[in-house]
Amino acid sequence: MTGADLLALLPVAIVGALLGLDVVSFPQAMISRPIVAATLGGALAGDITSGLIAGAVLEMIALEMLPVGASRYPEWGTASVVGGALAAGFYTLPGAAVVAIFASIATAWAGGWSMYGLRRLNGIWARRDRGQLEAGAPGAAASLQLRGLSADLLRGFVLTAIALLIWTPITSWVLQRWSLDRTLSHVALAAMAAAVAGSAAWRVSQGVKWARWCFVGGLAIGFATLMLR
Amino acid sequence: MNAAATRNGVAPFLPWRVRVAMFTRLLAIQASWNYELMLGPGLGFCIEPALRLLPGGRGGKAYREAMARQTRYFNAQPYFAAVAVGALARAELDGYPPEQIERFRTAMCGPLGSLGDRLVWAGWLPFSALLALLAFGLRADAPLVVLVFLLFYNAGHLGVRVWALMAGWRGGLRVATSLGGPLLRRGPALLSRGIMALAGVALPLSIWRILQGLPVPPVPESEVVRAVGGVAIASSILLAAVVGVVLVRLHSRVEGWRVALAVLAVLIIYSVAR
Repeated sequence: MTGADLLALLPVAIVGALLGLDVVSFPQAMISRPIVAATLGGALAGDITSGLIAGAVLEMIALEMLPVGASRYPEWGTASVVGGALAAGFYTLPGAAVVAIFASIATAWAGGWSMYGLRRLNGIWARRDRGQLEAGAPGAAASLQLRGLSADLLRGFVLTAIALLIWTPITSWVLQRWSLDRTLSHVALAAMAAAVAGSAAWRVSQGVKWARWCFVGGLAIGFATLMLR
Repeated sequence: MNAAATRNGVAPFLPWRVRVAMFTRLLAIQASWNYELMLGPGLGFCIEPALRLLPGGRGGKAYREAMARQTRYFNAQPYFAAVAVGALARAELDGYPPEQIERFRTAMCGPLGSLGDRLVWAGWLPFSALLALLAFGLRADAPLVVLVFLLFYNAGHLGVRVWALMAGWRGGLRVATSLGGPLLRRGPALLSRGIMALAGVALPLSIWRILQGLPVPPVPESEVVRAVGGVAIASSILLAAVVGVVLVRLHSRVEGWRVALAVLAVLIIYSVAR
């Protein structure tokens, strides 16, 4: 990897850091959702449409995970930037979307662990500052918040940079040996994503009267629209 | 603040600079989230601009005692935590006894967590995401899809935060009545129906767009042309239905993203090894 390659990686890593921050710490405006983050990653890597398609697939898969409280869940912000950038970077090669989505989910998994680590670190800092917090010292809470924000920003940057450094050569290697029909691999990709999204919607609406009929009605409209095309 | 007047139910005026400071800090309420104090330090951080109005100002005895109380353990859904921020700021400035404030603080955790989780994480967020997927399925350009999601989601997100902060401030320790409004009670069920209807429309159209929108490589007889054929779409939808039913059946025993990761791994290994 040359210096120019590393320099090209920098803007993507910066965006990854900012979007990683949005997941939990600031401002939680959901710019870190895959449909946004992967599109941005794709735009940075030169093909916004490939980024959008990767984002749509990842969004369907991410629909299942609710970012509830203390639970550990995949971190989609930085991961989607990586997925969008890889999908856009290799968009002419068959299998690029499949490998990019795989890399993105794996990164999201690692990202979930990095968030767990960050929360542990925040806990260490909070324990260390307990005296000041219990004395109500001015600036104690603000200092803790600032350290948390900085650490999260750094986490996103490092995670994005490492993921790109690892996944770019792996993606290139895999795609040079890719033998599966492009259509078949994309049918599998789209079907898998839609299945996860559909089952997530089904679970969310469990026990709600008429919800399943709403799904049937929506499906009828969806199919009718497809037929009319 | 005039405690006697404010306890009669009329919220005192909170200076705009304090409101803006509290709202801005609310956007970072989870910055130091940890497994011990959870949202506690973040809550104290958000209330702090109001506590400067206490007798003695920043660093005074009343300020220090209130800050010490407000940075202890607390947890709630981050958007709805604004209700607690507003209410606790008001209670501190009204001079309520510390024990009463602490009881209220503890009692708010459960309802604000459960309401926010159902309304935002399991309601508004998937609804907005599916709306964006519908725009995607209807062939909207990338910037439009992103805008649809961000504008729609954040209209609700910022609206909830502003409403919650002001409802908390107005209601003080009696804020519970604001949480029983019809919109908050019926909202989750309404959103669930909307999610299901949108999922029905958006998912087949999104499958179509994913297959149709494959990048076209510069070769004349591209497989991509065939990918948009009806057979590919029908196969995808059928496969999605089968896998979806399996995932619903395996509910809580398996997570979809792990299954997706495993399936893609098999696909990649097969494609490289054969």
